Amino acid sequence: MAATPLLSVQNVKANYGPVEALRGVSLDVFPGEIVALIGANGAGKSTLLMTICGDPRASAGRVVYDGTDITNRPLHEMVRLGIAQSPEGRRIFPRMTVFENLQMGAFAGDPANFEADVERVFRLFPRLAERREQRAGTMSGGEQQMLAIGRALMSRPRLLLLDEPSLGLAPLLVAQIFATIKEINRGEGVTVLLVEQNAYHALRLAHRGYVLVNGSIRMSGPGAELLANPDIQKAYLAGGHH
Amino acid sequence: MGGERLSTALREALASAFVAFLLALPLVGFRLSETQQGIGIVTRFDWVAWGVACVFAGRLLMAYWRGSRADILGHLPAMPALPAVSGKAFVAIFLIFAVAMPFLPFSDRYLVEIAITVLIYVMLGWGLNIVVGLAGLLDLGYVAFYAVGAYTYALLAVNFELSFWLCLPLAGLLAALFGILLGFPVLRLRGDYLAIVTLGFGEMIRVVLLNWKDFSGGPNGITSIPRPSFFGLDFAREAEEGQTTFSAFFGLEYSPMHRIVFLYYLILVLALVTNFFTLRMRRLPVGRAWEALREDEIACRALGINPTNVKLSAFALGAMFGGFAGAFFATRQGFISPESFSFIESAVILAIVVLGGMGSQIGVVIAAAFLILVPEMLRDFSQYRMVMFGAAMVLIMLWRPQGLVAHRKPSARLEAGA
Ligand SMILES: Nc1ncnc2c1ncn2[C@@H]1O[C@H](COP(=O)(O)OP(=O)(O)O)[C@@H](O)[C@H]1O
Ligand SMILES: [Mg+2]
Repeated sequence: MAATPLLSVQNVKANYGPVEALRGVSLDVFPGEIVALIGANGAGKSTLLMTICGDPRASAGRVVYDGTDITNRPLHEMVRLGIAQSPEGRRIFPRMTVFENLQMGAFAGDPANFEADVERVFRLFPRLAERREQRAGTMSGGEQQMLAIGRALMSRPRLLLLDEPSLGLAPLLVAQIFATIKEINRGEGVTVLLVEQNAYHALRLAHRGYVLVNGSIRMSGPGAELLANPDIQKAYLAGGHH
Repeated sequence: MGGERLSTALREALASAFVAFLLALPLVGFRLSETQQGIGIVTRFDWVAWGVACVFAGRLLMAYWRGSRADILGHLPAMPALPAVSGKAFVAIFLIFAVAMPFLPFSDRYLVEIAITVLIYVMLGWGLNIVVGLAGLLDLGYVAFYAVGAYTYALLAVNFELSFWLCLPLAGLLAALFGILLGFPVLRLRGDYLAIVTLGFGEMIRVVLLNWKDFSGGPNGITSIPRPSFFGLDFAREAEEGQTTFSAFFGLEYSPMHRIVFLYYLILVLALVTNFFTLRMRRLPVGRAWEALREDEIACRALGINPTNVKLSAFALGAMFGGFAGAFFATRQGFISPESFSFIESAVILAIVVLGGMGSQIGVVIAAAFLILVPEMLRDFSQYRMVMFGAAMVLIMLWRPQGLVAHRKPSARLEAGA
C-alpha cells in the first residue's frame, strides 16, 4: 500500500446549527483502495461524505486530498480535482433521459473523452445502454443507482464516493452493484470510499473499513477483520445478511 | 363508500360557500348609494345568496368531477400532441403563416398591429422562458428589463440621435447588465423569496423612472422617440432635407402600412432570433445545466456545475432579450412612460410562460396569442371581458395543469403506479 493517502480526513467536525453531526472524525483512503464506512442510520455517514466535498463545511479539522488542503473548497470544485460522488438518494435528474444524465456527468470533463466514457459506463452497466433514451425517473431503483454511479464515472474520477448504493435494492441487484464496484476498483483503478448500512457486503468488498457511531469513529481495520468481530456482528449483522 | 364521498364533498362545498359568504357580504351585500337624504346603504342580500349558491353548486360539481376524474379525462377530447407528433410540420406551417401574414387577403392595419403586439409578447415570453421555464428561477420583475431596453433606446435616440440599429445591441447589453446586477444578490434565494425580491426589483425600476424626472421625464415619459428607418430610408410622407423616403426610393405610393409591415417583420426577426438562440443554448452544456439546476441543485454542484454562474447566465440572457424587446417597443410606440412597465406586464409575461408549459417554445407562441387575442376578441363584452378571460385561464389550468404544451412530461409520476 502506498505511503501517502489519496484522501485524508483529519479530526473533522461538522454541525447543522446546534446539532453536532461529526465529532472529530479521522480516516485515510489510500490510492487503489476500497474503504467502507459503516454505521447505523443517523451516525453521520452521509454528512462525512458531504463534508469531504465541502458542504456542510468542516467547522474544525482538515480534509486533505492528494496532498492539497481542500477543506474550504466549494462542492462544485471537487469534480475538477478528481473527486466524484453518487450522493445519498442518488439524485439523478428524473426528467432527463439516461443519456442526458450521463452528459451532465461529463459537464466538467473534456468533451473529447465523452464517447469513450459513455462506452465505458455502458460496458459496466449494460442495462443503461438498453435504456439510454428512457427518462431516468421512470427506471427502477436499481437502474437509477447504476445511473448515479455511471454518471459519477463520466468525470473520470480518481476517487469515487458512494453513499449507500445498495439502499432499497433487491438482494440480487445488491450483489450485482457490489460486483460492479469491485470491477471499477480493480479493473479501472478508481479509489472508492463506500458508505453503507449493509455492513456485510460492504466489509466483504472493502480492503479496510471504519465504523462510525454517533459522529465518531468507533473501530477500524481490514474488512475481513471487522466482519469477524463479534461486536460488529452483533450490532450490524444481527438481522441476518443477504 | 359512495355516501362517504358525498358527505366529504358536501362538507367541502359548505366550507367554500361559507368563505364565499364572508367575502361576498361586505363586497357585494352592502352598497353605498346617494339618496335624497344623503349617502345611504343599500343591501343586496339576494345577490349574496345567489353568489353563495353558485359557489356551493360549483364546488360540489368539482368534487364530483375530481371523484370521477379518470372517467372525465377519458371523455375530454385529447389535446392535440403538438410538438411530439407533428413538430416539424407544425413549426413550418406556423413560420409560413407568420411570414405571409401581412399580405394575406384579410390582413388589415388593425390585424397587423395586433400581430405585432402578439409577437412582442412571444419574444418576451421566450426571453422569460430562459429564466423561468429552463432555469426554474421564478422572476416576477421581468418587466424591469423590458423597461431598461425601452428607456435605453429612447434616451440614446432622443438625446444623442443614435440610430435604432446601434441602440438595439446597447439596449440588450444594458438590460443584461441589470440582469446580472439583480442576479448577484438574489441567486442565493429560492422559490418564494426569489419571486418577492424580483418583484421588488421590477417595481423599483418603475418607481425610479417615475420619479427621476430629469433623467426619464417622470410620469410624462419620453415623447417623439425616432421611428426606425429602413436602412436609412424613412417611412414618411415627405422626405426631410437631403433624405429619401422609403416609398420614394422604391417608387411606391406612400402608405402608412409600409412602416407597420416593416415593424412586423422587425419584431418577427427579433423573436425568431431569440428562439433560435435559446434552442442552440439548450443543446450546449450551459443550457443543459439550466435544466439540470431546476431539477436538483446539489446534484449539479456535485457534478462540477457552479450554480451561481449558470443562474447568472440565464438571468443575463433572459434580460438581454427583454431589453431588445423593450427597444423595439419604444421605437414602435414613439412614446414611452413608466405606465407601460407596471407589475401587470410581468404577470402577463409570466402567465404566457406558465400557460405555455414552462420551457416549451411553441407553447409560448400559443399562450401569447391566446392571452393577447382573447381579450381583444372579447372587447364586445366590455366589462365582463376580464371575468371571461379569468375563467378561461382557470379552465385551461384545470384541463392542462402542466401548461398547453408540456415540455417534459413528468412521466415519473404518471408511470410510477403502472
Ligand atoms: N440537513 C440537515 N439538517 C439538520 N440535521 C441534519 C441534516 N442532515 C443530517 N442531519 C442530522 O445529522 C445526523 C447525521 O445524519 P446523516 O449524516 O444523514 O447520517 P447517516 O447518513 O449516517 O444516516 C443525524 O442526526 C441527522 O438527523
Ligand atoms: Mg445517509
